[in-house]
Amino acid sequence: MSIWRYANPAEFMRLTDRLVVPLWAAAAALMAVGLYWSLALTPDDYQQGSTVKILFIHVPAAMLAINTYAVMAVASGVGLIRRHHVSFLVAKAAAPVGAAFTAIALITGAVWGQPMWGTWWVWDARLTAVLIMFFFYLGYMALWAAIEEPEKAADLSGVLCLVGVVFAFLSRYAVNFWATLHQGASLSMAEGQRVDDVFRTPLYIMIAAFYVLFVAILVVRARTEIRARRARSLRLQEARA
Amino acid sequence: MRSPFAALVRRDTRLALRLGGGGAVGIAFFVLAVVLIPLGVGREAATLARIAGGVLWVAALLAALLSLDRLFQADFEDGSLDQLMLAPMPLEQVVLAKTLAHWVTTGLPMTLIAPVLGAMLQLPDAALPWLAIAMAVGTPALSFIGAIGAAITVGVRRGGLLLSILVLPLYIPTLVFGARVVENALLDLSVTGVLGLLGGLTLFAAALAPFAAAAALRINAR
Repeated sequence: MSIWRYANPAEFMRLTDRLVVPLWAAAAALMAVGLYWSLALTPDDYQQGSTVKILFIHVPAAMLAINTYAVMAVASGVGLIRRHHVSFLVAKAAAPVGAAFTAIALITGAVWGQPMWGTWWVWDARLTAVLIMFFFYLGYMALWAAIEEPEKAADLSGVLCLVGVVFAFLSRYAVNFWATLHQGASLSMAEGQRVDDVFRTPLYIMIAAFYVLFVAILVVRARTEIRARRARSLRLQEARA
Repeated sequence: MRSPFAALVRRDTRLALRLGGGGAVGIAFFVLAVVLIPLGVGREAATLARIAGGVLWVAALLAALLSLDRLFQADFEDGSLDQLMLAPMPLEQVVLAKTLAHWVTTGLPMTLIAPVLGAMLQLPDAALPWLAIAMAVGTPALSFIGAIGAAITVGVRRGGLLLSILVLPLYIPTLVFGARVVENALLDLSVTGVLGLLGGLTLFAAALAPFAAAAALRINAR
């Protein structure tokens, strides 16, 4: 039994049918524990006050903002190489979720930055890179929406996604390079500056909650895409008959 | 040079240069976009010199973007592209030839005229040669990266807006390194390192684009 068995839409539907409820239950449980722990049980930071609690949402969202694109790139690559339709549909289903997490990361970042840094936005390397990421998601979704024929849309979006992942890395590097001139001291958290233990455990729980939530949404959306495709081919069959 | 490759470069260059081909209009757009900046920002010399590199590169990005539709669109619509796919050379080479022709009719004239515009934006004389070199090294990347976007959207009706959403984010590294060369020249810093990065980006785009664009064209031709 190989994993490629689930490239068959029927097999994928059968597997995910059993997964939907447990995934949502796990996401809800983790989210409930994580939110209560991080918002109610952690102390205020001695410098940041209660504003620090925004980071329990911000950090997991920012992680997913980047990693969703990686999921899409892997799915697109598998789709192009092995010609599996389910892969393309998973990539398609992931894009709006990734865009939403990117938007959440940007907005919560701005809300946190206003009291902490005194400004909603700085042209910092990380912020700018995440903003650019958002446009990569938009372009990918716009391409899917613009092409009527699903087979063509799938393949072309796959090519775009693979080119995009290369240029996302290049942009990240270029933006780092660019920020060194325009801004001396970076305001974002320096690497190696450790988060205190009191905050770390609930943060890990929140990260796990966001990841499970992501998978749960992704599975439901992918199932919807597969059903939509099936409905479309049934309609076409009917029209031909 | 009677190879099909050279013939295709000649054909596309000639088509772009003739009236209605759009080559000259693209350059006029580049000049106009730059001329608008002092009108909006003000005519203070220090401000203009400070932003000149970024302005010229952003204008070059937009001018290259707006001329991308002629790369494959017309040939796709009238069937020439199908004929080119049957030509005695790989489709990747067709893409390379057409992209070179695109650069000859957009990037090259922009490179030649950029120092004039730079002088008008009050860049000091010492920075002007570096501006021209940066444009010469960096603008091919705009054509190559643009070719990928143009090939992906060739079958989309009214794909111009879509193309800009797809391509402009991919242009960001070129913009950053290209404008930085001019900035370093202005500030009397070393430019060779950044120029190397810009050249590497162009070479990378040249290596990647023919394959990605050809793959997209094959999908569109199905």
